[in-house]
Amino acid sequence: MSQPAKPAPQPAGRAAAKKELPEHFKAYKHVWVFIEQERGHVHPVSWELMGSGRRLADKLGVELAAVVIGPTGDATKAAVAESFCYGADLAYVVADDVLTDYRNESYTKALTDLVNTHKPEILLLGATTLGRDLAGAVATTLLTGLTADCTELEVDSDNSLAATRPTFGGSLLCTIYTLNFRPQMATVRPRVMAMPERVEKPVGRVIEFPLGLVEADIVTKILAFVPDRDKATSNLAYADIVVAGGLGLASPENFQLVRQLAGVLGAEYGCSRPLVQKGWVSADRQIGQTGKTIRPKLYIAAGISGAIQHRVGVDGSDLIVAINTDKNAPIFDFAHLALVTDAIRLLPALTEAFRKRLSAHTRDRIAS
Amino acid sequence: MHIVVCIKQVPDSAQIRVHPVTNTIMRQGVPTIINPYDLFALEEALRLRDEFGGEVTVLTMGPPTAEDSLRKALTIGANRAVLLTDRFFAGSDTLATSYALAAAIRKIGSTFGAVDVVFTGKQTIDGDTAQVGPGICKRLDFLQLTYVSKVSSLDLEARTIEVERRSEGGVQVLRSNLPCLITMLEGTNQVRRGSMINALNAARAEVVKWSAQDAGVEDIQKCGLRGSPTVVKRVFAPTPRAEKAKVVEAAGQPPAEALIDEIFKLRPKLENEMFELARGF
Repeated sequence: MSQPAKPAPQPAGRAAAKKELPEHFKAYKHVWVFIEQERGHVHPVSWELMGSGRRLADKLGVELAAVVIGPTGDATKAAVAESFCYGADLAYVVADDVLTDYRNESYTKALTDLVNTHKPEILLLGATTLGRDLAGAVATTLLTGLTADCTELEVDSDNSLAATRPTFGGSLLCTIYTLNFRPQMATVRPRVMAMPERVEKPVGRVIEFPLGLVEADIVTKILAFVPDRDKATSNLAYADIVVAGGLGLASPENFQLVRQLAGVLGAEYGCSRPLVQKGWVSADRQIGQTGKTIRPKLYIAAGISGAIQHRVGVDGSDLIVAINTDKNAPIFDFAHLALVTDAIRLLPALTEAFRKRLSAHTRDRIAS
Repeated sequence: MHIVVCIKQVPDSAQIRVHPVTNTIMRQGVPTIINPYDLFALEEALRLRDEFGGEVTVLTMGPPTAEDSLRKALTIGANRAVLLTDRFFAGSDTLATSYALAAAIRKIGSTFGAVDVVFTGKQTIDGDTAQVGPGICKRLDFLQLTYVSKVSSLDLEARTIEVERRSEGGVQVLRSNLPCLITMLEGTNQVRRGSMINALNAARAEVVKWSAQDAGVEDIQKCGLRGSPTVVKRVFAPTPRAEKAKVVEAAGQPPAEALIDEIFKLRPKLENEMFELARGF
């Protein structure tokens, strides 16, 4: 092989800095996904991230590890076993009953120690309340970069992580790199990445890691846990059908038209950001970059103009139906079906038409 | 008791426009506001001060014009305002921002009295990262309490605090110690209006202005672009979908009926699935 006479010209400025990963970071290899368990359940965002992690690991030619932190016992064992079905090559496990409830102090220590010992190049977490609480603390402790709420994760030509996220209140997208520091950390919100297929597989390599903390070391104590009564609010992100309303509804009273249609369809309802800001609808119903990301089979957007920050929250929907009076509304750039009309007038008719169709459907099925 | 509330002056995102041709942000003339999430943090801090006594110091890092937001916070009722402003801070990512703010909070503690609680909003509306709060907290080695919906009790003698914290699927009731950092959830309190007296005092009040050096920042290399491990390489507008939305034509049919026909034509399986779903309700 011939050597080039001169080194290839390096791009100037910060782009050049990217090439010089400090020596002590060169040992950082492999892709990790933090498996978020709370109260015995793995958050589905963790499996969604395993899908992304698998793709990144394959491109880099490295392994994908699931990181499971939780109490000893069946739930943690099940999470470990499940992680292999979602593509893990190996699993790091920190199991200790001190970790039964999520607390920042204990989980930060577990994850930070694990990273410092086993050195991943990429670490992905769900952008949930737990994941954001943990990721911010871990990244600061490790003094590395963290990119929040990514909508796209790619491997660049020089094997660095290119993390894309909305910026400027969701009006533009930007691609962010973590130069010269490892691990490269990113969070992704639930439903942004598609759920990978689950393939039955035996439990593979498991590396257990001690927590090195006892209860007396942890200052913060859990006095109680009050589960949510309104289960439906947390289902918006995972609903099969979603109906949402925007400013085109013109008054808070008209928002009931959205709820009525959702009721007939057995759907969840949501809204765009301005309706939350105006106080018409509660914040947990907001769809978009700063609210929930949804991937339903059918999404009906009534009177929503479709700012980018809304679009990034609904882009994964299988079929988007937009109803808007303005034929130039940006929502028609990403909707599949467009109805240029007043949602206030259409919604009651649509509710009634669906009611009839679905009850006629019931008759047909009973007859057949 | 001494509480520090970190606020950020942000562009009113409702009024940001993207240039249709160049796809760049048109910042000119966009009014700035206090990050709306921070107002819930400020209100909770003022409520605790009113109940337990002490002072509330508001802190922001930003350009000299961020003084406007600090004066607003004084009008709402804060006792003191500190503006951390220095060209060395330009281009800071969340890690570099938390480094500078943590230094300033230490300085506030040594200058105006030990800090018991730091409040921040749960996130900003321009960055949306929710990372600076936890970042400051780790650097100060405080106890971290994020997504707090309620501070239910505080014992200054025992140095303990009890809060309700939003977690996935429920609320954690936690007891922790002071000093701690709390990120406050939105909609958790009614933000007060400033009084006339506060407004007059705020107009006259002196905003403390600190450079990196004034704030006791030890390593300027850890600030700004230089101290930021993350780098924004590309900013772009999303590409429109290749095909435009299909416009539903209601040929003699009521539009609602035409729409349903189109939905089931494009996704034939949906009809059965919707039937199953609707039956469940």
